[in-house]
Amino acid sequence: MTDIGLGHYLTLGAVIFSIGVIGIFLNRKNIIVILMSIELILLAVNINLVSFSIYLGDLTGQVFTLFILTVAAAEAAIGLAIIVVYYRNAGTIRVEEIDKLKG
Amino acid sequence: MVAHAIFFYVFSIIAVISAIMVTVSKNTVHSVFFLILDFISISCLFIMIGAEFLGMIMLIVYVGAVAVLFLFVVMMLNVAQQKNQWFNSETTTSSHIPVGLIISTIIFFELIIVVGGWKYKPELSNPNTNQMFNEISNTHSLGQVLYTDYIHIFQISGMILLIAMIGAIVLTFRKREGVKTQSYLKQISRERSEGIEVLEVPSNKGVKIDD
Repeated sequence: MTDIGLGHYLTLGAVIFSIGVIGIFLNRKNIIVILMSIELILLAVNINLVSFSIYLGDLTGQVFTLFILTVAAAEAAIGLAIIVVYYRNAGTIRVEEIDKLKG
Repeated sequence: MVAHAIFFYVFSIIAVISAIMVTVSKNTVHSVFFLILDFISISCLFIMIGAEFLGMIMLIVYVGAVAVLFLFVVMMLNVAQQKNQWFNSETTTSSHIPVGLIISTIIFFELIIVVGGWKYKPELSNPNTNQMFNEISNTHSLGQVLYTDYIHIFQISGMILLIAMIGAIVLTFRKREGVKTQSYLKQISRERSEGIEVLEVPSNKGVKIDD
């Protein structure tokens, strides 16, 4: 119990990943919360990479966490820009009303 | 070791609870605040585990930039009142809920199985590589590999950021009607002939300007 190992960190990553997936599937109203759930999933991936990197003594995981941070920031910026443009054109960002692509 | 355990449990419990609050919170602004809390606690975990550079970068990038970006968009779009409700029987989207729950639990148990395999077969990890960098700090060692072995990926990530910046500006840029702006091309292409006019001033009559 008091011996924190790799498994504890991986379990934390798994829990946060699953919460992010639940947020994506269950949220029906607000697309910004879906973007935040994607950020949670990326955070879980970062937890896994950093804990493996620390416990294996290999720096590659931390380097790739840095790149994941970069890509996550770019993705958040582009996604929020798309949301702003869509809100300006359609007047709503409720998830069930976004059906212009008829998907 | 006990202190490590206590800090781990405190920060991870805060992280999990705030992650749950991000998804179930009724107000979008509260969701953003819980996202910030989540990132702060996870970066505390990173600093505690020994990856202090990444912990600080997470604080700067996520709490300082991404979360503030989310807050700006939430306030700009005026969706704070737009309640974030699910498990609502009025909307006919309740068929998504069992599918989402099933998929999430399946993913969770798959990840737990992976963790269990790692824990109960410790020879999977190679103990020869398990040496920590004692004499140089985490930031120093990261910098040593980041600018030598991973220089191309580093530059590609810089290009990704540049393209994301250009894309966000192009997407949200719009021309408005009735806004007076400078026209640099007109200004620098003025000629003397259209700028001034030389008149013969008749005596005792004067000239009319601004007609």
